[in-house]
Amino acid sequence: MTTPPIVDRFKTGLWYENPGLVQLLGLCPLLAVTSTFVNGLGLGIATLSVLVVSNALVSATRRFLQREIRIPIYVLIIASLVTCTELVFKAWFPALDRSLGIFIPLIVTNCAIVARAEVFASRNPIGSSIVDGLVMGTGFALLLMAIGLFRELVAMGWLLAILPPGAFFSLALAIAAKNVIDRRRQDKQANAQLRRPRQLGRLKG
Amino acid sequence: MANSSIMRSGVTLAAIAAVCTALVAFTYQLTDERIAANEQAWLEQSLQPALSGVFFDSGVIESMLTVPAPHALPGSEDAIIYRVYSGEAPVAALFVVSARDGYAGAIRLLVGVGVDGDVTGVHVLAHRETPGLGDRIESGKSDWIRQFDGRSLADPTSDEWKIKRDGGEFDQLTGASVTSRAVVKAVRNTLQYFDANTDGIFSAPADSGSEVEE
Repeated sequence: MTTPPIVDRFKTGLWYENPGLVQLLGLCPLLAVTSTFVNGLGLGIATLSVLVVSNALVSATRRFLQREIRIPIYVLIIASLVTCTELVFKAWFPALDRSLGIFIPLIVTNCAIVARAEVFASRNPIGSSIVDGLVMGTGFALLLMAIGLFRELVAMGWLLAILPPGAFFSLALAIAAKNVIDRRRQDKQANAQLRRPRQLGRLKG
Repeated sequence: MANSSIMRSGVTLAAIAAVCTALVAFTYQLTDERIAANEQAWLEQSLQPALSGVFFDSGVIESMLTVPAPHALPGSEDAIIYRVYSGEAPVAALFVVSARDGYAGAIRLLVGVGVDGDVTGVHVLAHRETPGLGDRIESGKSDWIRQFDGRSLADPTSDEWKIKRDGGEFDQLTGASVTSRAVVKAVRNTLQYFDANTDGIFSAPADSGSEVEE
């Protein structure tokens, strides 16, 4: 069974190395704006677009960057992109901009973006880096939307979900759920491996 | 050579900084007009909650009057006043002011004052207060801002125009007394300005740049 690499990359970004669930990066915006689905979607898209373009730019400039100044360059690139994103949101999605408020400019502090620039984009060709930005950004955005949706629904019966502590509980539940699913899968694989030799033995006998 | 490597780093940094600045400048150029139009639309829409119980004709925006800084209103930049008329008779004035002593940056407020000196409503236009604490000054997040409706300089008296924690009449938001204090003070100062300049405000021609008599 071979899967095309692009599918593998998406599996990695959305599940195995999800920036929010596994790497636990960018928790500040994740916890703060996920009070509704629409907010999660808005910040998810904003982060995704910054991540894709920043990965592309970092990758494009990687050959003539000296190691010692790479971090200030990342910061420059990311800060400019976030400012542009904020202006675009203000111009075309004013309502969403008002409801996200300070958290659009705060994308600058989302360490998921610097992390991808340093870990991936600075060492890989541009096409690959754009794909990385896409999958990691999508993983982050989907998590924001899932938690936003969950909190919005639960808040109808349980008000705490919409308040800041609710964000921590929701994220904890999401991480726990992921770990349970991973554990089950591992067990299944282990069982399958244990059974196989025995069956073979029986056939031979 | 260490020196030439520093030079190279400096040149690279400067070049990338220039490219990034150009990118931001270009986006700004592209979005500037739309953002201004959006803000104008938002302002017109948000005039409504600051004018509860006031009957008026349209054309509020055309009656705009800029009060150049420095002035006695809250805020250090130019203040904006919209005059609201019913027919020829003035019914209210709307002040766009900034409370500068909030927790994080200026709080832009729209303060509506009826011609008799009663507050017709206060509305928060922009702020950077702490989410979950200070942001409850927004009318969408709590009713706190509505407690000014119908108040005037005589109700409560001027030494009671404070939050309860400072011995005044007004509730403060839990965990956000700095924010609450700033808003209460800005509303009080606006009322005092209105009280001292009522005639000047309504008689000044629309945005001629002429100053309201202080």
